[in-house]
Amino acid sequence: MAKAHVKMTVNGKEVEGLVEPRTLLIHYLRETLSLTGAHIGCDTTHCGACTVDLDGKSVKSCTLFAVQADGASIATIEGMAGPDGSLHALQEGFRMMHGLQCGYCTPGMIMRAHRLLQENPSPTEDEIRFGIAGNLCRCTGYQNIVKAIQYAAAKLRGETFAEAAE
Amino acid sequence: MSTAVLTREQREANLEGMGCRRKRVEDIRFTQGKGNYVDDLKLPGMLFGDFVRSQYAHARVRRIDKSKALKVPGVLAVLTAEELKGVNLAWMPTLAQDVQMVLADGKVLFQNQEVAFVVAEDRYAAADGVEAVEVEYEELPVVIDPFKALAPDAPVLREDLIGKTSGAHGPRRHHNHIFEWTVGDKAGTDAAFANAEVTIKELISYHRTHPSPLETCQCVASFDKIKGELTVYGTFQAPHVIRTVASLLSKIPEHKIHVISPDIGGGFGNKVGAYPGYICAIVASIVTGKPVKWVEDRIENLTTTSFARDYHMTTEIAATKEGRVTGLRVHVLADHGGFDACADPSKFPAGFFAIVTGSYDFPVAHATVDGVYTNKAPGGVAYRCSLRVTEAAYAIERGMDILAQKLGMDPAELRLKNFIRREQFPYQSALGWEYDSGDYHTAMNKALEAVGYRQLRAEQAAKREAFKRGETREIMGIGLCFFTEIVGAGPSKNCDILGLAMFDSCEIRLHPTGAATARMGSKSQGQGHETTYAQIIASEIGIPAADIMVEEGNTDTAPYGIGTFGSRSTPVAGAAIAMAARKIRNKAQMIAAYMLEVHESDLEWDIDGFRVKGLPERSKSMKEIVWAAYNSPPPGMEPGLEAVSYYDPPNMTYPFGAYICVMDIDVDTGVYKVRRFYALDDCGTRINPMIIEGQVHGGLTEAFAIAMGQEIRYDEIGNVVNGSFMDFFIPTAVETPQWETDHTVTPSPHHPIGAKGVGESPNVGGVPAFSNAVNDAFSFLGTRHIPMPHDHWRNWMVANSLGLHG
Repeated sequence: MAKAHVKMTVNGKEVEGLVEPRTLLIHYLRETLSLTGAHIGCDTTHCGACTVDLDGKSVKSCTLFAVQADGASIATIEGMAGPDGSLHALQEGFRMMHGLQCGYCTPGMIMRAHRLLQENPSPTEDEIRFGIAGNLCRCTGYQNIVKAIQYAAAKLRGETFAEAAE
Repeated sequence: MSTAVLTREQREANLEGMGCRRKRVEDIRFTQGKGNYVDDLKLPGMLFGDFVRSQYAHARVRRIDKSKALKVPGVLAVLTAEELKGVNLAWMPTLAQDVQMVLADGKVLFQNQEVAFVVAEDRYAAADGVEAVEVEYEELPVVIDPFKALAPDAPVLREDLIGKTSGAHGPRRHHNHIFEWTVGDKAGTDAAFANAEVTIKELISYHRTHPSPLETCQCVASFDKIKGELTVYGTFQAPHVIRTVASLLSKIPEHKIHVISPDIGGGFGNKVGAYPGYICAIVASIVTGKPVKWVEDRIENLTTTSFARDYHMTTEIAATKEGRVTGLRVHVLADHGGFDACADPSKFPAGFFAIVTGSYDFPVAHATVDGVYTNKAPGGVAYRCSLRVTEAAYAIERGMDILAQKLGMDPAELRLKNFIRREQFPYQSALGWEYDSGDYHTAMNKALEAVGYRQLRAEQAAKREAFKRGETREIMGIGLCFFTEIVGAGPSKNCDILGLAMFDSCEIRLHPTGAATARMGSKSQGQGHETTYAQIIASEIGIPAADIMVEEGNTDTAPYGIGTFGSRSTPVAGAAIAMAARKIRNKAQMIAAYMLEVHESDLEWDIDGFRVKGLPERSKSMKEIVWAAYNSPPPGMEPGLEAVSYYDPPNMTYPFGAYICVMDIDVDTGVYKVRRFYALDDCGTRINPMIIEGQVHGGLTEAFAIAMGQEIRYDEIGNVVNGSFMDFFIPTAVETPQWETDHTVTPSPHHPIGAKGVGESPNVGGVPAFSNAVNDAFSFLGTRHIPMPHDHWRNWMVANSLGLHG
């Protein structure tokens, strides 16, 4: 199969290469670039485990071809921690509020929450729940994920989130 | 090192031992996308396998033509049953001692059954190859309704069993019959019913559903021809069992098989069994000499690798007019699909269904389970529950509500009247279990108090009157559930799987600087074992949890164990941890005595070391003792400090809980709103309350899904009509209710640390609470039993059938 040339910025780094036109973005990220943080959970765009940030929007990378991301700027979970290894407020929030169990949905969930907080730095609980409705979690029942996002939102605003995980 | 400067509280806090809301160590990697799941693995030269599957539920396979597929670029091989017969692997044994086709051998028995396995250079080429395989089928009549499976003229499903009048679990009385399992006192139960003042009888069905962890089942098999060694990485909840089964099937010696379960993205029972994908990947690796990866997609997962429930329970309760239960009789029709692949201990083809007497003091009971074959997927796994326990809890908890309705009694009062009393423990149930401990009245009363039960009933009564007057179109339901689980399989005297006794294990090795590595026979799929197991060790031997690394899932390094399912990790592996730790502490005490120049009996344990009785300033910390154990042990004592424990539990554990759901339903739309859900759990000693509460949230969310809409549904010709996340109900954050958690603590008397296990309780107890809430809401309009699942549409249908829509 004839291959297409793609060039994109992933976590601030330029990458380029040849891909089959049918290659899904998630497979390009995971198999070609070895960024295995984003996962595949459903194949039908429902679960959001493959969520990454593309040009300032949350996208489900299982439903985009790599060629559609040509020229785009992509952020994945691997780009969230600081250069010194310090956790991003969301990563810290998920740990402090027990917002994960098996960890499989977590990278997609954090990337979605990241975009949500860019769009709305002070979301209500309902806004958080609606904002992450495209991301499924089978382990936590979401209650502590909501708290994790509230924790991060507070921290990013320079405030402290007082509630404990439950 | 001196600990004198620290207070006792600081020393305790440093350990982060049992009872601490310790943050999870797993999260450091998971939050950074650095988990290591099976599909993340990339081995040099790795190939990819994918299945050709049957679109028919029952058909003869007339011809498989793989010639076109073999010409597809990148395709290297296509395996069919013919090839597998060459290595005697066209069929494989199931966990239930039946056999299952690995690849279709002459016919298919359920939709999406595995027919051929295409091996290619990458997953895209494999998918191309699958498209190019041509299969000719001849359709056969199907059996989808289990109630028609035993009709005299029902189609013969399992032609391989023709003429076999008995199976692994006794006589078969029909060609689609698998087993009849019976327990209890039939004559005594019949007598109780003959003399009963009040009886109820209801067919209570628990529909077919699926555990659907977010990560599907997958593996990478790699056979090294030079060394004759096989390595299999996979999503295995029970890696050692997989190794033993792989050895028995392949004849590769067990020490030359390395099974590795890396991080697992949820299991919920789905990843206990052995599936055709594993066998095919192994065979393909042996054939090609290269590593072969197999990864299910979601449709394959929902429609082939296991299902859960599909239990149809005719439940009868006998009682006095005053509401004392006098007898329980249950007959179950169990739909096992095309092959019996239930993950039950060998002697329990219906799992631990005998827990069906629940939390109540039934003087006599009798239960019978008939397993039947149908043209559905095999499985019958315990979806976040101990084996068939959630089915049993649903039958008894619905049954008690139906009885309360018939008696005109409050369902809480009926339960309180019939609970096993605290002083009756250890309690011998009518169906043969010895309940270890419980305090049901305290738990129930605490729950009723917490939700303001009386006020809720008063509000409900007022709303019903308002509804009758036409002032509201909303009805209110209060769903109660008081469940008793039976978990921690189990004692080897009665629990084995394929002959493997169901103990579990722990090895703890202390290193000279006072750090430790613990290796386990269990395997976390998200439960947080790396965090909680270290807490048990920290409390037992006084080493900070932060200095203890817990490893699981590598059969080369871990002691043999049966794995993680049926809430057995804490009851069995958790006990092994405590026992291994105590061996270490005993040796440490001898070393400390030598160091302090006193007799061992002069020492007492003190948080993180030993001190001389009456002279607390003379002490040795564990850190000092461990260094000495390696570098200056007492004369005659061998150096080192490590221990292994294989723990064979003396009994199961019996967690319990009281759950209350308050729900409002709009009769014109069928839309329900969960106003409140309160869950009180008693899992004995609590190791990490944060993790317990997280487990309860997750289990309740699964229970909510199952009760309110999640099912695997077949049409009349055996098509799965909801086999993807498009229409298989997985609640999002929007639908999922808020959960309130609470607890009482009744330690298990036979468990070394008194823990009972909790991960599955919310699924077991949650489903009846939701279903009882819906049933309670409608009951004043004349309904007796509304079957699950209770989605908005079905609620609307109930309202419609009651004539509420004019």
